[in-house]
Formats: sequence, structure tokens, C-alpha cells
Amino acid sequence: MLAGQAIGNIWRRPHYADDILIQMDTIGVGSLPIAVLTGFFSGIVMALQMGRALGQYGQTERTGEVVSIILVRELGPVLTALMIAGRNSSGMASELGSMRVTEQIDAMRALGIDPIQKLVTPRMIATALMLPCLTVIADFVGMFGGYVVGALVYHLRAHQYWTSTWQALEWSDVVQGLLKPFIFSFAVSLVGCYKGLNTTGGTQGVGKATTEAMVTASIWIFILTALITKIFVSST
Amino acid sequence: MPATQSENRTETQSMLRFESVSVRFDEFEALKDVSFDLKQGETRIVMGAAGSGKTVLLKTAIGLDCVSAGKVVLFDQEIQSLRERDLFDVRQRVGVLFQEGALFDSMNVERNVAYPLLTRRDAKGGAKAPKIDMADTHKRIQEALDFVELGNTLKLMPPELSGGMRRRAAIARAVVAKPPLLLYDSPTAGLDPITAHTIMALIIKERDVDNTTALVVTYRYQDGNLVANFRYNPEDGQLVADENAAAKTIFMVLKEGQLVFEGVQEKLESSSDEYVKKFVKRD
Repeated sequence: MLAGQAIGNIWRRPHYADDILIQMDTIGVGSLPIAVLTGFFSGIVMALQMGRALGQYGQTERTGEVVSIILVRELGPVLTALMIAGRNSSGMASELGSMRVTEQIDAMRALGIDPIQKLVTPRMIATALMLPCLTVIADFVGMFGGYVVGALVYHLRAHQYWTSTWQALEWSDVVQGLLKPFIFSFAVSLVGCYKGLNTTGGTQGVGKATTEAMVTASIWIFILTALITKIFVSST
Repeated sequence: MPATQSENRTETQSMLRFESVSVRFDEFEALKDVSFDLKQGETRIVMGAAGSGKTVLLKTAIGLDCVSAGKVVLFDQEIQSLRERDLFDVRQRVGVLFQEGALFDSMNVERNVAYPLLTRRDAKGGAKAPKIDMADTHKRIQEALDFVELGNTLKLMPPELSGGMRRRAAIARAVVAKPPLLLYDSPTAGLDPITAHTIMALIIKERDVDNTTALVVTYRYQDGNLVANFRYNPEDGQLVADENAAAKTIFMVLKEGQLVFEGVQEKLESSSDEYVKKFVKRD
């Protein structure tokens, strides 16, 4: 119901453009360091593991290929979404939960403002716009991390690494890599807002809602990625 | 000041009416068959022990809590049959002071007080609505804050205010759009006696200056006593005794969700009900 109302509000006046921009800044710019770090280190770890495994078959030069496919299709979207869920889903739950227990949500309704339109829809739109962007950045930084390992540990040449990385990707990988974060964004934002708006039990309830938001959003991300991957695997 | 005939006529208009209202949360019945009629120009003092349903009654009055039986009629509209979106228009004619003030933490005092004026345009269709006169808005914000004697706190954030100041800023937000009906939820709860007196003086001042109708939820008899016996004197800004105020002040006592008393102060003080007597004491 919350999802239906929040999505329906996208076309309904009033539009809170300034709130969307503020949330884009908080979710997008604010989460950039954690997304970059996650991408970079997952790229490094993957290159180290894959380089060693591929080395046993004399295929070390294909490290970039494996890193890029796994990052773009799966690890980039999932790890970035998990980081954003940890940072923003819980943040939304605690912010809205605090507003709930201090009657600020009631005050908003009493002042004639729809809290879903004012609070939920801007967060949903901002997450849907920023999570794919963050995922793309994390993917590129991860590939760069893979290159650092490839160059320093496995002595791969830049041209060799980046060519195999680039050529390994197909359009379906890119579509999958962008569709997943877009769909995850709804789980991240709506779970966070739902938990926050339904907070009860004072400050203790806020803490509980925060934890529940992060856990529930993470579970949804795993379920959704399994479903989307199944659809893409079946169709190709 | 003698009231004109037209004033007398409008003063009998019903602003808020409860008709056998019950409110249930799962297994718990917070309000049971409550009926009353708040007339224009009247102030109703709702008293009762903690958990007796005072706040639920106030929230039900503007549709924040849903009725499970009965009717709530606000400004001649049955609000339980309205959708949330339609309720927003009705609620904009009501000023509400929540228990802890409920100021928005992310906004400074000026923006908090401006909120009812700015959001009025949003609710009426955003860009299609008439432009807001910002000079007039600033003037009204300043007037509202001057009214509660917080004229120099515009840029302060709510956490920077004391409990009493937060409550006063919330009163400014409640009255800035000049609503004809005001609902106050425990306006003096948790405040020291001097600050509590200041808050009640502001409520009386608002009643007398703008001739507003009010529902005041409180557990303190002293609050009701002030409303029923004093008026605001604009000449010196102080409260002065007024024997006419009692007739327009109706006391209501809630016990476990039921309305067990309704009447003027004299009747309240002479009540033989043991529960009601607990709330009555002279200063």
C-alpha cells in the first residue's frame, strides 16, 4: 500500500523537488565514499582470487574478463545496494521513526501535508536515481581495483586487461547491471520508510525499526537479485 | 464588550461535534461512546488521568485517529467518511499544539512557523495555486512569534530552545494561519509553574484576541481554572479576573475512555463523583 501511494504521488501535485534534491545529495553524494570503497576492494579481492585460480589453467590474462562480468552482473549491484541499505534504509527508518515518536508525522498530517508525499516519495525517487549511478561508479572503480592487482601482482598490461574487460561485457550484462539497482532502490527506500513510519515504543522503537529496516532491505535485495538473475539466465 | 446579534448567532454554531464516538486499537477501546458539541467561541477543558483517552480524543477530532463507531463532525463535515487527502483541507482550518510541541527538527523556528502558510499553497495545487506574498508571510511569521514573545528566535533550531520556548514556538505555528479552531494537547505538561502560567496566558490571549474556539487537553485543574476565570487585558498585557469567562468554558472529564463529566466550573466543583473530585482543587 505504501509503495502504491508513493509511486502514485509521483504524478500528483504538489511535487517536492527540493526534498528530492536534498535526498539525492544525502543518498548519492553522501554514499559515494562507501560505494567507491566497496567497489574498489571487491575488485581487488576478486582479481586476487580469480587471478590465482585462472593461473592454474594458464589463463591469468582473462582476469579482467571475469572481474568485469561478476562485478557488472552481480557483485556491483548487490554490494552497493547492501551498503546503501545499511547506510540509508536504516537512516530513513531512524529519521522517520524519530519524527513518528515525537509526533512530527502527526503534526505534518495536522498541517494538511501528506507525509507519504512529503517524506516517502522524494526518498523513493532519489534512491531510484542514485543507486544505479552509484552502482556504475562502484563497477568502474572495482574494475580499476582489479587492474591494480592485475598489473602489480600478475603483471598484466593495461591494454590487455582493459580490452578483455571491455570485450567480455554484453548489452544484457549492462541492462542487468542497471535494472538490478533500480529495482533494489525500491526495496531500500520503501522498507526504510515503512519501518520508520510504523515505529512505536519511543526511542527503543526507533532503534528496533532501524535494525529491522536494514535487515529486511538486505533480505529483499538477496531475494530480488535471485529472481532477476533467474529471469536473465532463462532468457539468454 | 457587548456582543452584536450576529455575533450571538454565530457563537452558537457547532465547530466540532462528537456523536457516540468510540475508538478502538486492536483489543483496547480508547474512547467509549463519547458525545459532546464544541460551539463557536467556547473553550472546552478536557481532563482525565493518564491513559484516559484525552490525546486520542484530540487526534480523533481531526481524523489522525480513526473512529470505530459514531460520528465526528468538524466544521459541518463528517470527517470519518473523508479520504485522508480530503481531510487535509479540513485540517488546515485547525491549529494544533502537540504535547511536546512537535516542531520539525530539520527546520529553524522561522520555517517551522512558516510551514502552515507555505504548505497551504502546496495542498491547493502547487504551481497552479496563487503565488505567496513573501513579504506578507514574513510579517505574519514575525507577528506570530512576537505574539508568543519569541520574536528574536527566528533562526534558532528547535533543539536550541528550552521546553517552554519550544511549546511557545509551537503555539506560534498553530496560530499563524489564524485558524478558527485550536486544539491544545497538554500544553503545560512537564513545565515549571511559571512557564506553565505563561503558556496558559498565551492560550487565553489567543482566545480573547482572535476570538478562537479551543479544546484544551490537560490533567492540571489550574489550567482550566485560569481559562474559566481570567481574560487577557490588551492594555497591560496581563491576565485579569473575568466572571464572564466561566460561562464559555466547559469542563469535560474522561475516565478510561468514557466521558464521566461535562459542565461549567461551578458544576465541576460541586460534583460528588469521587473520580471527578480528584481533579478539582483550588490554587
